Amino acid sequence: MAALAALTGRPVEKHHPWPRLIVTNDTWLDAIDGLVRNRWTLSGLWGDDGVVHMALTAGADVRVLSLPCLHGRFPSVGYLHPPAIRLERTIADLFGLQPLGAADTRPWLDHGNWGLRHPLGARRDFIAPEPYPFLSAQGDGIHQVPVGPVHAGIIEPGHFRFHANGETIVRLEARLGYTHKGTEALMRGSDLDRAAKLAGRVSGDSTVAYAIAFARATEAALNVQAPDRAHWLRALMAEMERIANHLGDIGAICNDASFSLMHAHSGVLRERVLRTADVCFGHRLMHDCIVPGGVTRNLSLAKEPILQALVTEIKARLPSLEALYDNTTSLQDRTVATGTLEMGLAQKFGAGGYIGRASGRDFDARRTLTYPPYDRLSFEVPVFEEGDVNARVWVRIREVEQSLSLIDQILVGLPDGPIRTPIGAQGGEGVALVEGFRGDILVWLRLDEDGRVERCHLRDPSWFQWPLLEAAIEGNIIADFPLCNKSFNCSYSGCDL
Amino acid sequence: MRRLLFQALVSPPLTEPLKRDEGAELVELASKLNQAARSRLGRSLSIREIDAGSCNGCELEINALSSAFYDLEHFGLRFVASPRHADVLLVTGPVTRNMRDALNNAYNAMPHPKWVVAAGDCAIDGGCFAGSYAVVGAASQIVPVDLAVHGCPPSPSQLLQGLVSLMKWPSRSASGQLPDS
Repeated sequence: MAALAALTGRPVEKHHPWPRLIVTNDTWLDAIDGLVRNRWTLSGLWGDDGVVHMALTAGADVRVLSLPCLHGRFPSVGYLHPPAIRLERTIADLFGLQPLGAADTRPWLDHGNWGLRHPLGARRDFIAPEPYPFLSAQGDGIHQVPVGPVHAGIIEPGHFRFHANGETIVRLEARLGYTHKGTEALMRGSDLDRAAKLAGRVSGDSTVAYAIAFARATEAALNVQAPDRAHWLRALMAEMERIANHLGDIGAICNDASFSLMHAHSGVLRERVLRTADVCFGHRLMHDCIVPGGVTRNLSLAKEPILQALVTEIKARLPSLEALYDNTTSLQDRTVATGTLEMGLAQKFGAGGYIGRASGRDFDARRTLTYPPYDRLSFEVPVFEEGDVNARVWVRIREVEQSLSLIDQILVGLPDGPIRTPIGAQGGEGVALVEGFRGDILVWLRLDEDGRVERCHLRDPSWFQWPLLEAAIEGNIIADFPLCNKSFNCSYSGCDL
Repeated sequence: MRRLLFQALVSPPLTEPLKRDEGAELVELASKLNQAARSRLGRSLSIREIDAGSCNGCELEINALSSAFYDLEHFGLRFVASPRHADVLLVTGPVTRNMRDALNNAYNAMPHPKWVVAAGDCAIDGGCFAGSYAVVGAASQIVPVDLAVHGCPPSPSQLLQGLVSLMKWPSRSASGQLPDS
């Protein structure tokens, strides 16, 4: 746990709750060395004005390291630690800061359509892009299958390039960035209201988790505490979001194995959760209910029985769905031993959420980096080691059960009191890691003296999960791709920003 | 599985009689849809959804339309995989510059007559992403939009009302007319 103390540098004032250090090249290289040796995990890597920042976690300890970039360059992390590759390509696209020694220098978010380059750095004139070279695979009978960006179903856009031999996938490479909206550029100079709204729309399915992460980072920067009741209401919304998404996923995974009965039943339960959210908080997905300083919607006493009834109903119906999933051999035939993700890779990439936990990575920000009210609630973090589609389904099922129990506990323990603290306009820096349904979301921000956002970075858990899908799919058949992809359910918009 | 299926046989359907507050309107619209759809499109309307850069919130609610509560298909509406099979293009998101070509291609691949529905505030005017270097803005800047469904995201019942109301209109605009032949 004290591992990160080995990294030294000049601490930055007004950075909360964990320290930020301005480091030298040597310490930067030490940090990379520690990543390679698995001493700590990469939680984020992002650009700033002439600086790159790296967030590291080891146990419950978090550090942000900042390296000033001499001549707009910094030593590549991805060269030795692959999870950083796409993050570095993004830094190069958005800021024009170049990773020295990087093996992959292709653009990532920049498809050559913006009419300018380096939108967040020193903006440069547009130059026409070269064709994007996909990674190749060679051998007898190997052919390519290009898929996307528009897919057959109602899902987000992204391009997948398969190299296959017959039906067997030899290599998959994803090309994303289609939904890049320039969110971090829009954040610059925004007041907190607008910034919180944008944070809640980075990935719509995780709007609650993003709003909590943004609020916690802001509160850390301004050194204010949200009222106790607000913390509990935030957790209530976060668990409802988790249940709704997991139920949707469980059904959709089975549907991708052509088992629509499960899809229909879990879809009904999901809809009940969303309707309850609408009744309790005024919005089905709970957009904009959480703001820096607290929450905007209170839970009236009269609404508590509605939540209670929801929990009772899901608890009553879930066992029969579990049995249906577990006892349908044709379905098990599709999900067991399909899309296996090795434990070592999950560890190396710091894969969060059900993807990490289905491959033995026992990390949950709610428990490991405890934030209120989870320090006063009891819950288990289900971990499986098989790493296949089946394990990812079971992690979700177990997490739904845990979230139901958490809602029970929250309804019993919900304290009275105010739901929002006024926040002043002042400068500061804050960082927060919050567990969304997909995994840990990192938000880092710097506020100027007027309390406006100077720089805000939002790192989706999917940054460290998309590359693992490419590893897990290898050797599987193309027909199983939708199944594997749905079991990962990575966010496109969350990564594209 | 057998037990669940038997239970489903004896329990009433979940598909709701339309809610009272908006019910009257929706029932009326539904019957109009049937009439109009029957005469123009053989009782059905095929929809191709395209995400032109949304945050995926709209997709969640569009997916919910297929759940037992809304049962999109009993209105004769259904989602199709290919734009070549579609009558309606349902666009979400603030149309990112990286998706502009894909949106255009999908629209051009559709046979006439065709309609475009902009679903959600982003597709209508760029929403909170308007003005970004990476965003075109309203879907109407790329494709002719016939109907807008407001909301962030629009709820499934709003979406349903919107799709159904589309059918109230008689032949509309160049995009809705049969090509000269």
